[in-house]
Amino acid sequence: MTITAERRLTDARMRPMALPEPRGPITAALIEVLTGPEHASVGDLALAATEGLAASVDPLIDDDVQLALFLMYELHYGGLEGVSDSWEWDPRLLAVRGPIEREFEEALRHSVRQPVAVRDVPEALFALVGDDDSPSLSGFVERDATADQAREILACRSIYTLKEADPHSWAIPRLHGRAKSALVEIQADEYGGGRPDRLHATIFARAMRGAGLDDRYGAYADHVPVEVYTSMNLMSLFGLHRRLRGAIVGHLAAYEMTSSLPCRAYANGLRRLGFGEDVADYFDEHVEADAVHEQLAARDLAGALAEEEPQLARDILFGASACLTVDGRLWGGLRERFERGESALRRPL
Amino acid sequence: MTDAEASARPVSITACPDGPLLVRGDLALLDEHGAPIEPNRRTFALCRCGASAVRPFCDGSHKLVGFRTGPPPRTPAVTYEDEEWRGTTG
Repeated sequence: MTITAERRLTDARMRPMALPEPRGPITAALIEVLTGPEHASVGDLALAATEGLAASVDPLIDDDVQLALFLMYELHYGGLEGVSDSWEWDPRLLAVRGPIEREFEEALRHSVRQPVAVRDVPEALFALVGDDDSPSLSGFVERDATADQAREILACRSIYTLKEADPHSWAIPRLHGRAKSALVEIQADEYGGGRPDRLHATIFARAMRGAGLDDRYGAYADHVPVEVYTSMNLMSLFGLHRRLRGAIVGHLAAYEMTSSLPCRAYANGLRRLGFGEDVADYFDEHVEADAVHEQLAARDLAGALAEEEPQLARDILFGASACLTVDGRLWGGLRERFERGESALRRPL
Repeated sequence: MTDAEASARPVSITACPDGPLLVRGDLALLDEHGAPIEPNRRTFALCRCGASAVRPFCDGSHKLVGFRTGPPPRTPAVTYEDEEWRGTTG
């Protein structure tokens, strides 16, 4: 297939995503509102959200809360199939989203440790990442995972990786000078450096097809566990609020700084399992790319932002710490389930 | 971008503390036989710890081998706001 033909196919299959099944009363009411008449009342949804939040023991692992937030955020990305684009900025929907975001952020501030830089932010970021002791899923894939488990991981990754880099791009107009230049330098590479076939999301779509998976955006929305949505929503929350621009920058730094070596292990594991080069390619690409990005993100992006806007240093480190905590729980949780011989998914592939 | 535009990019090499050499600009990267090595990206990182599996490029291995370009600091680089009440010292 030519690159052009493949690109057309990929783009056509990407968006908007089909609506998933509800996971509780908030998502049931949300889907009813989004697919109903545009001027119908959202009163039932507002009530379901209020009650759902009040009843939620931990919003970070609440399927209904996280899926509802994910769907509302998705209106800002590729959109939802059969849902009017006008919902994106509908004040009635934003009024429902606000309290959910506040509960989400409060839960994060409560459960994520707040680091403090002793000397400068880049050095603190490297130390933070070096101290991270989350159980490694990549090491498990390299040595022990089965092919089915590897496919489950790809399905879990697809919610973010089929729109890889997009949530961090929201920050571009909110930064200036060196920090902006560094973010664009990283994102240009994420988006293929002018080569559409090297868009990281497109390389990942190819990897999914190579592994026999469906690469349409949201194809596994009903399969993935709640932690996948928490991880995605974390990026959207940080990315969509200018107030949290420090946190999205710190998130990107931590993400890039924990990618090179794990990606090498993933690539080794996928080859061990007999997957083709098209599947390993995505991970090979990230070994070299993220070894560059981690330097750019820690020093030229986060370091410059902390110098230009020193009041953001705290949130830069919070964003990095949140990335390590939330993604550590997600991928560490998958490893635990695999080691118990269980599937990581809510339904089989 | 055209070759003419590319040639306008000045070359710079940034020595990253405890890490790789970050290379920007228009230059030829060659192997020992003079054959070009394609970096696949505009800004690339060259290994200087010797441990990379994708030499001459960096793959992050310097972190595994504890590569340092200066003496290690005597105090931690990061602390946590909750450290006091958790009773830990980091």
